[in-house]
Amino acid sequence: MILKELTELNGISGNETKVMEFIKSHAVKYADNITVDSMGNLIAMKKGSVGKYKVMLSAHMDEVGLMVTGYSEGMLKFKTVGGIDERILPGKRVLVGDERIPGIIGVKPIHVQEREERNVNIKIKSMYIDIGVDKKEEAEALSPLGEQIAFYSEYQELGTDCIKAKALDDRVGCSILIEALKNSYEFDLYACFTVQEEVGLRGSEVAAYSVRPDIALVIEGTTCSDVPGVDEQSYSSTMGGGAVLTIMDRTSYVDKELVKFLYNLGVQNNIKVQYKKTTTGGNDAGKIQLSGTGVKVASISAPCRYIHSPVSVMSKNDYYACLELTKLALRELGKEETMKRLLNIGGEKNV
Amino acid sequence: MFELIKNLTDKFGVSGNEEEIREFIKGEIKSKVDSIEVDALGNLIATKKGNGKKIMVAAHMDEIGVMATHIDEKGFIRFSNIGWVSQNYSLGQRVRFKNGTIGTVFFEEKLDDLKSLKLSNLYIDIGAKNSEEAQKKVNIGDTAAFCGPAELAGDMIISKALDDRSGCAVLIETIKNLPKTDNEIYFVFTVQEELGLRGAKTAAFRILPDFAIAVDVTLTGDTPDCKTMEVKCGMGPAIKIKDGSVVCHNDVRKLLTETAKKLNLPIQYEILERGGSDPGAIHLTAGGIPSGAISIPCRYTHSPSEMASISDIDNAVKLLKESLIG
Repeated sequence: MILKELTELNGISGNETKVMEFIKSHAVKYADNITVDSMGNLIAMKKGSVGKYKVMLSAHMDEVGLMVTGYSEGMLKFKTVGGIDERILPGKRVLVGDERIPGIIGVKPIHVQEREERNVNIKIKSMYIDIGVDKKEEAEALSPLGEQIAFYSEYQELGTDCIKAKALDDRVGCSILIEALKNSYEFDLYACFTVQEEVGLRGSEVAAYSVRPDIALVIEGTTCSDVPGVDEQSYSSTMGGGAVLTIMDRTSYVDKELVKFLYNLGVQNNIKVQYKKTTTGGNDAGKIQLSGTGVKVASISAPCRYIHSPVSVMSKNDYYACLELTKLALRELGKEETMKRLLNIGGEKNV
Repeated sequence: MFELIKNLTDKFGVSGNEEEIREFIKGEIKSKVDSIEVDALGNLIATKKGNGKKIMVAAHMDEIGVMATHIDEKGFIRFSNIGWVSQNYSLGQRVRFKNGTIGTVFFEEKLDDLKSLKLSNLYIDIGAKNSEEAQKKVNIGDTAAFCGPAELAGDMIISKALDDRSGCAVLIETIKNLPKTDNEIYFVFTVQEELGLRGAKTAAFRILPDFAIAVDVTLTGDTPDCKTMEVKCGMGPAIKIKDGSVVCHNDVRKLLTETAKKLNLPIQYEILERGGSDPGAIHLTAGGIPSGAISIPCRYTHSPSEMASISDIDNAVKLLKESLIG
């Protein structure tokens, strides 16, 4: 597993270069053609033995993080990039910029907070990042405006089956795409490592437009809310429940036949699969589905507790379920009759 | 017209699940067009070939509904909305799943205050004794439409899904009675409008028409103590000036207005402050497509008892038909 390397690299939306270079160094061993488009999407193409269809796999390289937006003497003021619950921030360790300058997210100490202040959530505008310098000039020189800030969090194994890391969303998908590139297929495979998903599914839109695939699978890390205090009906997914298949979220209503095909494939091959039970959130599938004249899409995701935080937790078994399901799906999609059925070719005749 | 709308509104077509309604529409128009295709998202595109102007006409087939997200051990079903579903309109209503299973929508009665009612406080009771029995009929991901069969009340039709089966009816009647013309006309019955104008986007990209006209419903300002709006049921189809997703192209607006004047048809103008419609997606496609819309005034939109005037719908057909042949 290269998840350790992948999750410890920093790639806040808009600055995915380090992650891209790492992925490229692996993909180059297996792909027939590699391009990086104007937005920074890495598209690794593997020619198929038949080459009649185009299948796109998509995983986003970017992760949520922070950005330097000002200074208070030597302290950095910042804003979020992507969706972050600001209540988790105080006391967290961060790395600023490509130089990975260490810092701490600080707030006014509790003993000097007014009584009312203690009862409300501390807002980002009252937080700062302490990088251990006194003067604004020093801070500016080390971390100019716009510099991106990542959570500092090491990859760590928990218990017998779990791992803790930042950016599992979506380095999990990146890792699976690299694995998928190792095999050969009948169709042309386009493994798209996309940018800026966390700020509005931006990279995938242009990647899908340049690929124009017949079918696309989005491989993701998704929310998992099977924790104390949540009613079972509100669990989005369950840890250890296997690969999560989305039916509908805010950005897409995925292709029903394709989801059914994936679900059945899992059940028939003893790969654990579960449907996502909530319809919130969104991912690249939304933009890919609506690109060009329309694309049949589905998402396969690994459940990640505490997603969008420095301490996402994922089950390795769930990861392998996603990997196996993706590999198996690609093998099946190589069959002409499967493809014809899913694309409904011959099903709708001109009159 | 009532019979056609009754048939159309009766069909199942919750967004993303437009198979049944699509098959019905296909059957209605098959013999009257030159070709029919279904694209990757499920849009039904019926073409009348020609060498003149390339025109796209759109009405969405999908309707709002709900999706089962959880079945508890007692067999009660929790659900999520598909499209804009009001928790208040939903209370006590019946829903029908695609396989025919009927259920009642009700709420957790412990709730202190009905004002704080959310969709997450509602559930569907399909009369199952436990989870196992329920799962024989309904599974997670299955969708259901609200029940609201079509009835006639004077000139008004009451039904679920007049949004936008009344628009589909306008397209179907136009196809059936289209006078000879050189124009190449693409009649598109779009999918997933209620989820964010999705089908119209890919269909418009495929066709790249010279201009587009959509037919959909709009809100009215003619009921007791409602929000102010200059549209009334029975006063004619409305020509859309704007809504939350589009400012209609002047040329399309002019074409519709002048055609109505020529035919001496009653018309109104629609200025909708919220909400979107298919032209919102179409006009931003590729290099831009001039778009406009004919709107059917509709009361109680997104409830199981929407209400629209048959004469408005008939006049919309006349207006569309004449606008396409010029």
